[in-house]
Amino acid sequence: MVKEIYLDNAATTPISKEVLADMNDKLKNVYGNASTLYQLGRNSKRILDRSRHIIAQSINADDNEIVFTSGGTESDNTAIMQTALARKKLGNHIITTSIEHEAVLKPLKYLENHGFRVTYLPVDSKGNISLSDFKKALDDDTILVTIMTGNNEVGSRMPIHEIGEILKNHQAWFHTDAVQAYGLLDIDVKKDHIDMLSTSAHKLNGPKMVGFLYRRNGINYPSFIKGGDQESKRRAGTENVPGISGFATAVKNLPSTEKKHRQDVYYQYKKEIIDGLKKNQIDFEINGELNRHNLQHVFNIWIKGISTYVMQANLDLAGIAVSGGSACTAGSIAPSHVLTAMYGTKSPRISQSIRISFGRYTTESDIQFLIKNIAKIVKQIKKRKQEEV
Amino acid sequence: MLEVRPSIVDSPESNRNDGDIYMVEKDKSHTRVIVGMSGGVDSSVSAYLLKKQGYDVVGVFMKNWDDTDENGVCTATNDYKDVAKVANQIGIPYYSVNFEKEYWNRVFKYFLNEYKKGRTPNPDVLCNTEIKFKAFLDYAIELGADYIATGHYAQLVRDDQGHNHLLRALDSNKDQTYFLSQLSHQQIDHVMFPIGGMVKPKVRKIARDAGLYVANKRDSMGICFIGEGNFKRFLSNYLPAKPGKMMTLDGEVKGKHDGLMYYTIGQRKGLGIGGGGKYGNEPWFVIGKDLSRNVLLVGQRYHNPHLYSTSLKASGLTWINDASKYGKDFRCTAKFRYRQRDTGVTVHVSDDGSSVKVDFDDPARAVTPGQAVVFYDGKECLGSAVIDAAYNHAKKLQYV
Repeated sequence: MVKEIYLDNAATTPISKEVLADMNDKLKNVYGNASTLYQLGRNSKRILDRSRHIIAQSINADDNEIVFTSGGTESDNTAIMQTALARKKLGNHIITTSIEHEAVLKPLKYLENHGFRVTYLPVDSKGNISLSDFKKALDDDTILVTIMTGNNEVGSRMPIHEIGEILKNHQAWFHTDAVQAYGLLDIDVKKDHIDMLSTSAHKLNGPKMVGFLYRRNGINYPSFIKGGDQESKRRAGTENVPGISGFATAVKNLPSTEKKHRQDVYYQYKKEIIDGLKKNQIDFEINGELNRHNLQHVFNIWIKGISTYVMQANLDLAGIAVSGGSACTAGSIAPSHVLTAMYGTKSPRISQSIRISFGRYTTESDIQFLIKNIAKIVKQIKKRKQEEV
Repeated sequence: MLEVRPSIVDSPESNRNDGDIYMVEKDKSHTRVIVGMSGGVDSSVSAYLLKKQGYDVVGVFMKNWDDTDENGVCTATNDYKDVAKVANQIGIPYYSVNFEKEYWNRVFKYFLNEYKKGRTPNPDVLCNTEIKFKAFLDYAIELGADYIATGHYAQLVRDDQGHNHLLRALDSNKDQTYFLSQLSHQQIDHVMFPIGGMVKPKVRKIARDAGLYVANKRDSMGICFIGEGNFKRFLSNYLPAKPGKMMTLDGEVKGKHDGLMYYTIGQRKGLGIGGGGKYGNEPWFVIGKDLSRNVLLVGQRYHNPHLYSTSLKASGLTWINDASKYGKDFRCTAKFRYRQRDTGVTVHVSDDGSSVKVDFDDPARAVTPGQAVVFYDGKECLGSAVIDAAYNHAKKLQYV
């Protein structure tokens, strides 16, 4: 039998048993529309309020600063498009990084086509931006800075706190896409002077199609989704109470200590993979940097000489799910813009890398199984190549 | 290379059932077959039949041509969507592999170069030799394949040495051995053609009975990268066209041509000449090309004598299996283009074995430089060469 080893937790995570139990209960019992004025509606409202409180506390925000959305993409789109719309009279410049998620890059591309000026901060080979580049880019026209908390492909972290400090006395609003970081890092929006922050529930063993956008009191723009007056008129549409409740349960299961613990465990997994591959004499390099600071759940490696699609397909056939980059519709794998930004378009890393990402249910034996299989695949392919010569 | 399994038994002539592969070997569930899936009904049914027989089947879609638009967006190819739908229906994993670079370098450059020379190449022959049964085969082996399979209409039979021989398909209308004729036995020793022993209506029926999404999908037409689009416009993107005169052999100017590369020997359509010749209203045909003067030679009548040849010379001779038993001079049958009846021929192989002279039993029409001449011994496809010149007795016809 083929085992199922799931090592693509940066793409999405399985729902935890606590979340599943909670959502089952809410789906069955709490079905009222939270905007209604009878008991069933009040039941839903109570669950919403409770969930919002748990989530607000997790980032040191006030309850009314949390707007539930359909997930990370909607949160990012809202923060970017609506800021541009609300503030275009104050300037037309936006600063971001070259390694943001598509949910940030695509709206920015759209705004560029509509007259906005966007600065894409470059990254070094470790996936880091430089603060001096940022300071240089910032000008009187800047109305928005959108920089991710941590990267989804290589795990590098952006200097959020420092940027927040710099922007404290600048007109630009500061948005950060924390979709990958939220489940692993303690985030304090007040301490870091964050104006807007995006998250998604399904990255931390919660349900899909739920997320929130934190929006600091004082930051105002028209709702992106227009309709009813839900979410204090900031996001129309009947609230997904079971999903939101499940999200809150997932967050409740991630206290500071648990997040620190996971960062430690995942860091050890990385070291085990490095040791295991070395022991098997596999020629590889890390994309980005191994350090204690980065997001530890993503590990991106360049296995020299083995193309991404061959490695990914072979691992899949062995029952192991890893990421080989996003597949475009025609089936070919599109080159990663993150690796391209770090290493240039000509680097063999672009076509010979895989991303391994850990989650709550990853086990020690999963890691060993992965190492064993990578070694097996590399040996088979190398052997065949030698036979041809 | 994969090891050859001596235990394999293959009997293509006897009671062949639907898609039965006739290979007795290690447990089928441990025999990985990687199927080249195009999203069409033939390869879909091939994958379906193999899965039903219990093989460890994996579907792979080959992307050989870049149809990315100017925004750098890789467009949704409906074919890949169909592969995904059918593969999920059958319950097999599927992947895609990109051979655009290989196709460009090994097939398309040759294709253009042949047109530049005024010849009419057959890229589908080369695509099989260089891509489907080379690059794809290599990729499949990297995925642990024991065999690859495709939806080609052709059959295989294994000899005592474990080498596969290529036989015509059961459905003679669909037989694709012409396109497979440049392969070597090493390229087909680990191949399966699950539908080669079936007629097309039966393949359709299997697809319909199984409820495959693509059961009623139209057959694809034309060269893969051009599709059914405008061939002239396509070619003009890559090669500068040099317009010139259309003339009869007597030197009478009949009109203008758009560039010699756009025409092939024996072509009737698209000349824009109606009647007005020695033979009254008889239609006009391309009967030759004069590259030095950039003149397209035209003549009347389907059976124009200048379209008929009695022998040809061809180079790049390849045999699928060792052909030494036939000697240097032998009789067999041959096709000079796809979808043509065989002609009885006498083959004379050059001393170095790289080229042939082929004498026809009966004159053949429109033997075109650039096309493959493919040799058959009964049902077996022996090999092929690329036609360089056609002759009417001693006289070389001015075809390029």
